[in-house]
Amino acid sequence: MSIFDILGPVMVGPSSSHTAGAVRMGQITRRLVGGEPVRAKILLSGSFASTGAGHGTPRAIVAGLMGFMPDDERIPYSFEIAGERGLEFEFGTAVLHDVHPNSALITVENDRGERVEVGASSPGGGRILVFSLDGLPASFSGEVPTLIVRTGDMPGYVSRVTGVLAAQGINMSKLRVERQGRGETAIMVIECDQRIPYKVKVAISAIEGVKKVTRLNPGEESK
Amino acid sequence: MSTYSSISQLLALAEETGLPLWKTVQTADCDEQSLSEADSRSAMAKMLSVMRSALENYDARHRSMSGLSGGDGGRMEAYIASGKSISGPLVGKMTAAALKMGECNACMKRIVAAPTAGACGVLPAVLLPAGEELGLPDERLVEALYVAAGIGQVIAGRASISGAQSGCQAEIGSASAMAAAALVHLCGGTSKQMVNAAALALKSLLGLVCDPVGGLVEVPCIKRNVIGAVNALTAAEMSLAGVKSRVPPDEVIDAMKEIGDTMPASLRETAEGGLAATPSGRAAVGG
Repeated sequence: MSIFDILGPVMVGPSSSHTAGAVRMGQITRRLVGGEPVRAKILLSGSFASTGAGHGTPRAIVAGLMGFMPDDERIPYSFEIAGERGLEFEFGTAVLHDVHPNSALITVENDRGERVEVGASSPGGGRILVFSLDGLPASFSGEVPTLIVRTGDMPGYVSRVTGVLAAQGINMSKLRVERQGRGETAIMVIECDQRIPYKVKVAISAIEGVKKVTRLNPGEESK
Repeated sequence: MSTYSSISQLLALAEETGLPLWKTVQTADCDEQSLSEADSRSAMAKMLSVMRSALENYDARHRSMSGLSGGDGGRMEAYIASGKSISGPLVGKMTAAALKMGECNACMKRIVAAPTAGACGVLPAVLLPAGEELGLPDERLVEALYVAAGIGQVIAGRASISGAQSGCQAEIGSASAMAAAALVHLCGGTSKQMVNAAALALKSLLGLVCDPVGGLVEVPCIKRNVIGAVNALTAAEMSLAGVKSRVPPDEVIDAMKEIGDTMPASLRETAEGGLAATPSGRAAVGG
């Protein structure tokens, strides 16, 4: 733990879990879909559903979907700004089981018609955990360099993807593969010790059967 | 430099190296995080400047999303300006500043979690008026923030800084302990007096529960920033006067953890007990 986890983060109030973490949840969803979000459906669960409004949680999530950082003073006005930018959103509630009380399920569509569904929790201190991606179980926070690769389910793709990382001298600390069913889309989540450069994305995208590659490099959230 | 997981280790480290407490905290963190001292210092200076701008940009007309909070910092300031205050200008300024910061947080302004958003008012409410009173340069205030961070780091590691885990004692109590030690630094006290002040401050807030009305960081959180600040002031003064805590800081922190562990869930940020469960508390949020 750094001393800046004690004095910090710099954030827009009132709650690190219900506001700052909610911004992060929107932000990671934006990065996972890529491009510019144009439609979002946000289901709040647990404490997010019961106390979210008073904490500005819905506004914080929408701010995150537009790429705002947790200390952006435009967060309280995110609904109005989303209107100007053409981001349509709707809110509802959901009862999500076996997850932290501060959770949401966010479905978003970008300007290219691509969709992603992200389940995420905000356990405190502004940190988040993605617990599901497109309905598949997941467990990553984006606090370390993370590579998400969606592929068709076929033999050998794991070794081809990890081969690209090895060739670039990038060390993996965690690898998780989930698939929707035999022969259907599989999602690989790889956490790495080093920043993941653009050329890795290009090389992995070129692998046959790879549908989408997302890089989450800490410190590049607003890009 | 090796790191520390207790206040006694932190003190020993400072003694061993002959460095002031704030520098010991900075050096240990820079080593641990592979951060340069210049980068660390500018990051800490940013924390100070965010605290100051939040306070300076306070607007008594702003209200929180729930409509429960806003304007009290302005009321307090006007009262102090009227000259009727019995506690004097410094305590008055600290009270007003703590209210203002708590209200800024509730009104979705930019603040520094210190150590949490709900307790964000304590440190600035103590350090900014004290720095002004003593005529100190910002460098000294930045050093004081390192002292505060070192204390907070030990509390977070040995116990908790989360209301959901250990009640308000872990948020306002921790912030008050951090501010007390930091204030002793500003007043030129010794490292031992700093950690003793932290112990004195934390002791006085042990057992404080987290019972926010409607689960929102407003009632009683905003006003508890005031007691955190004023309690830090008196703890620092006692420590500088030579008053010692009979129970050393690490044991006070351990006691806080034990109290937090046995605190019922209804009093740990769930809004099911305490003030949140009172008729007026429920009515305030339409429950």
